Amino acid sequence: MLDLQGYGPRLLEGAGVTLQLAVLSLALAIVLGLLTASAKMSRSWLLHRTATLYTTLIRGVPDLVLMMLLFFGGQMGLNLLTDKLYDQFGVDWYIDLNAFVAGVITIGFIFGAYMGETFRGAFMAVDEGQVEAAKAYGMGSWLLFRRIRFPLMMRHALPGLSNNWMVLLKTTALVSVIGLTDMVRVAAEASRATHEPFTFLIPVAAIYLLIASVSEWIFARLQKRYNVGFGEH
Amino acid sequence: MADTPIPLEVRNIKKRFGDTEVLKGLSLQARKGDVITLIGASGSGKSTFLRCMNLLEQPDEGDLIVHGEEIRFRQTRHGREPADWNQVVRMRAKLSMVFQSFNLWSHMTLLENVIEAPIHVLGKSKKEAVEHARGLLERVGLTARADAYPAQMSGGQQQRGAIARALAMDPEVMLFDEPTSALDPELVGDVLKVMRDLAEEGRTMVVVTHEMGFARDVSSQVIYLHQGVIEEAGPPQDVLVNPTSPRLQQFLAPKY
Repeated sequence: MLDLQGYGPRLLEGAGVTLQLAVLSLALAIVLGLLTASAKMSRSWLLHRTATLYTTLIRGVPDLVLMMLLFFGGQMGLNLLTDKLYDQFGVDWYIDLNAFVAGVITIGFIFGAYMGETFRGAFMAVDEGQVEAAKAYGMGSWLLFRRIRFPLMMRHALPGLSNNWMVLLKTTALVSVIGLTDMVRVAAEASRATHEPFTFLIPVAAIYLLIASVSEWIFARLQKRYNVGFGEH
Repeated sequence: MADTPIPLEVRNIKKRFGDTEVLKGLSLQARKGDVITLIGASGSGKSTFLRCMNLLEQPDEGDLIVHGEEIRFRQTRHGREPADWNQVVRMRAKLSMVFQSFNLWSHMTLLENVIEAPIHVLGKSKKEAVEHARGLLERVGLTARADAYPAQMSGGQQQRGAIARALAMDPEVMLFDEPTSALDPELVGDVLKVMRDLAEEGRTMVVVTHEMGFARDVSSQVIYLHQGVIEEAGPPQDVLVNPTSPRLQQFLAPKY
C-alpha cells in the first residue's frame, strides 16, 4: 500500500494550490487574450503595436525566465514605487508581492499572449455575414459580442483553448522557483527528506493526469455545446 | 402627407472604394407602402447603395433620414462616420435587411433566430416574441422547422426564415439584397411568393433584384443603376416596358 510517510495532507494541500493557481491563471489569460485579440484587430496603430510587442515578447522568452523576471522584477518595481512614495509624500508602505498572486499574474500574463493568438484566429474565422445581420438588426457592439460574435468564435477557439489549458496546467509546476508551495514543491521536499522520490512523484503525476482528464471531459462538453447547429445536415 | 414621416429618404449618396467612385450621388425616397426595386448589371452599385441605407457601408457624402430623423455624421481620420452610433443602432432597428446569403445565426434554431432581436433589441418579453414568431413562421410555411438549425435547412427555407426574422422587427422598411440570387431555381418561387404577399399587404420595401417579373408586377418604382448613376427611374410600365435609355433597352433585351 502507498505510504506517504505523513506527507499526504501537505501533498493534497499542494494539489489544491496547483488547481487554484491554474484556474485563476486561466481566467486571467482568457481576459488578456480577448483584449489582445481585440487590440490586434483594432484600427488603432498604438493598440496594435502594443499587442504585437506583448505576444512577440512572451512567445520568444522561456516561461521560467519570464516568471523570475516578473516576480523579482515586480518586487523591485514595487519597492522602488513605495520608496518614491516615502520620499515624496512621507507615505510609509511596504508591499510584499504575494507569491500566489505573483504566480497567477505571471502565468496569466504568459498564457494571455497564447490565448490572444488563439482568439484572434477564431474571431477571423467567424462568418462576417452573420455579424452584419446582427448589426442590421440593431444590435449594439456589446450585445453583438455577447450574443453572436463570442459564441460563434468559441467553436473555433475551443480546441486551441483546451490545448493552451493543458500546457498552462503543467506550467504551474514552475512556480516552486518563486517560493510557492504547490504539489511539485511538496513532492520535491518529501523526496529529499525520505530518499524515496517515486513514492511522491508518481502520485503527483497521477494527480496532474486526473486534472487533465477531468478538464478534457469538461472541454468535450463545451465543444459539444458550442458546436450546436454547426455543420449538421 | 406631413403628419406621417417618410419611412426612408436618402439624398445625394456618394461612395468611393479607393480611387473608384461607385456611387455618384444617388437619391431615393421610400414612402409608406412603396416597393422600390433597384436593378442593374453587376458592379452598377445597387447592393452598395442598399447597404448605405442601413450604414453597413459608410457613404462618403449624402444624407440619410429614417422616419423623419436625420442621421448625424462627423469626419474622422478614417473618413466620414456616424456621429452617434446609438442613433445608428436605433435607426437600424427600424429597418430590417434580408441578405443574399441569408445570414441566419448558425448557433441558434430558426425560432431562436426570429425572437433574438425582438427580445434583445426591442425589449419584448420572451412569451410575446415567441407567439409573434410562431405566427410569422406559419406565414412563411416553416412551422415544422421552428426547432431546426440553419445548417439543417434548404436555402429556400433559410431565406423564408430570414424574412420571418425581418418581419419580427415590425420594420418601417424592409431592405432586400438580392434575396433569390443564391437559391436553386426551383426554390426561388416560394421566396418570391412570400415577398409578393408582403408587397400586397402594403409593406414598404426596397429590393435589389435580378427578377424582372417581380420588379414588373409589384414595384411602385423601378430604378435602373448604371455605374453608380441612376440612368432611369419611374413606374415599372415606363422603365421596364418602354425604356428610353439605350443601355436599359440592352439590359432588358432577352439574352440567348
